Amino acid sequence: MKYAYYPGCSLESTARAYDLSVRAVCRDLAVELEEIEDWNCCGASSGHCTNYRLSHALAGRNLALAEREGLDIAVACPACFLRLKSTRHEVRADARLKKELAELIDLPYEAKYDTKHLLDIICREVGMEEVGKRVEKPLTGLKLVPYYGCFLVRPPKVTQFDDPENPQSMDILMDALGAEVLDWSGKVDCCGGSISITKRDIGAKLVSEIADAARGVGAEAIVTACPLCQSNLESRQGSQALPTFYFSELIGLSFGMKEANTWFRRHLVSPVALLASHGLL
Amino acid sequence: MQFTSEQAQEIGNPAFAKRVKEISGTTLDRCYQCLTCSLGCPVNFAMDYLPNQIIRMVQLGLKEQVLKSSTIWLCATCESCVTRCPNEVDVLRVMDTLREMALREGVKGKETVIPIFHETFLGSIRQWGRQHELSMLLLLKLKTRDIFGDLGLGVKMLLKGNLKLLPPRVKGSKDVKAIFEKTKGEI
Repeated sequence: MKYAYYPGCSLESTARAYDLSVRAVCRDLAVELEEIEDWNCCGASSGHCTNYRLSHALAGRNLALAEREGLDIAVACPACFLRLKSTRHEVRADARLKKELAELIDLPYEAKYDTKHLLDIICREVGMEEVGKRVEKPLTGLKLVPYYGCFLVRPPKVTQFDDPENPQSMDILMDALGAEVLDWSGKVDCCGGSISITKRDIGAKLVSEIADAARGVGAEAIVTACPLCQSNLESRQGSQALPTFYFSELIGLSFGMKEANTWFRRHLVSPVALLASHGLL
Repeated sequence: MQFTSEQAQEIGNPAFAKRVKEISGTTLDRCYQCLTCSLGCPVNFAMDYLPNQIIRMVQLGLKEQVLKSSTIWLCATCESCVTRCPNEVDVLRVMDTLREMALREGVKGKETVIPIFHETFLGSIRQWGRQHELSMLLLLKLKTRDIFGDLGLGVKMLLKGNLKLLPPRVKGSKDVKAIFEKTKGEI
């Protein structure tokens, strides 16, 4: 199984632990990730919020570079995921945009290959049976709530992944790793995204509502697939904050990977005491 | 907000409504004001007009109020409204269109910081090809005169090795600059 890998900007900086754990876990699961050579930023929300053509051109350059390799794209960041998916979706529906895009990026792009999120790849392509076989250290007793946020599941006509209101993939995955998965109401709520940078009061309110919902069902930690959700949840909760894991970190931990410690050291809310209390470190 | 059709013709700008529909490619006339978009909006408490009101105001051609509203900038682009609208009105695409129109027409609205954030964020991509968070955030602080906010958080991120000191290197950064140049013009 081989994919063109698009890490995205966050995974090179604020979400370094996500990148490291994704690469380690994929190596173990025989998912080959070939990084797209010379990829650029997808433009994220600022792109589509302020300039339609720029947004598609920034995403389109990456899509065109990956198409040369003849591979589907694997993405870890849901914001990048939705930007790449959107551009392909619109190019396939709009011949004029397709022509214009080729001129803007000065590269041919036929929209042949799909973009998939790594959670999707691990859940549906690798499958729970394979994942289950590799678990050496089940996450027994760890009470988790899976947090999906926005762009992994919305809008469903573009993301084509899981249920937009009550997704299950991460629940099933965490269950396969041996964790105690709790049902809760905050699964697809929004953390505010970049609004936490410009409007800290709004960001803090949204994050505390999510954290309160998690605590309300007895969660000890949150697990996510998004670098911005992770960083907002760990930086805006205030005192007694719940640690927030990337799903890939927990896969690696349950696989008995020694380097998991180095990922956890990068967290703003240290999960070390919690993991130690369950005998997982 | 209630307007009769006579009032709308008096106060509104029909060309604006037509233009928003054209650019967004969205059939916003299908909106029957069920409020699903606004009830599920995570930022509704902070907006000056609710998303359903913005849709109505666009239909009525209330260009100035719409483009100056804080709503278009506070929208967190979470896609909830798009996903839940029973009439498949792409509210987010309408918001994107309104933001782009406001910027291109130089409209100074109630919300000033968020447009500066987008400009600074994109400026970093234009310069480096990828986002360089550290220089982008420092520049944003200077532009918005918010030197001390989140300073502790920034230092913590740096110490944890979660902010890169040096900007990224992209060989095709000139291709990215060319994309910015080519998309500067009309919508």
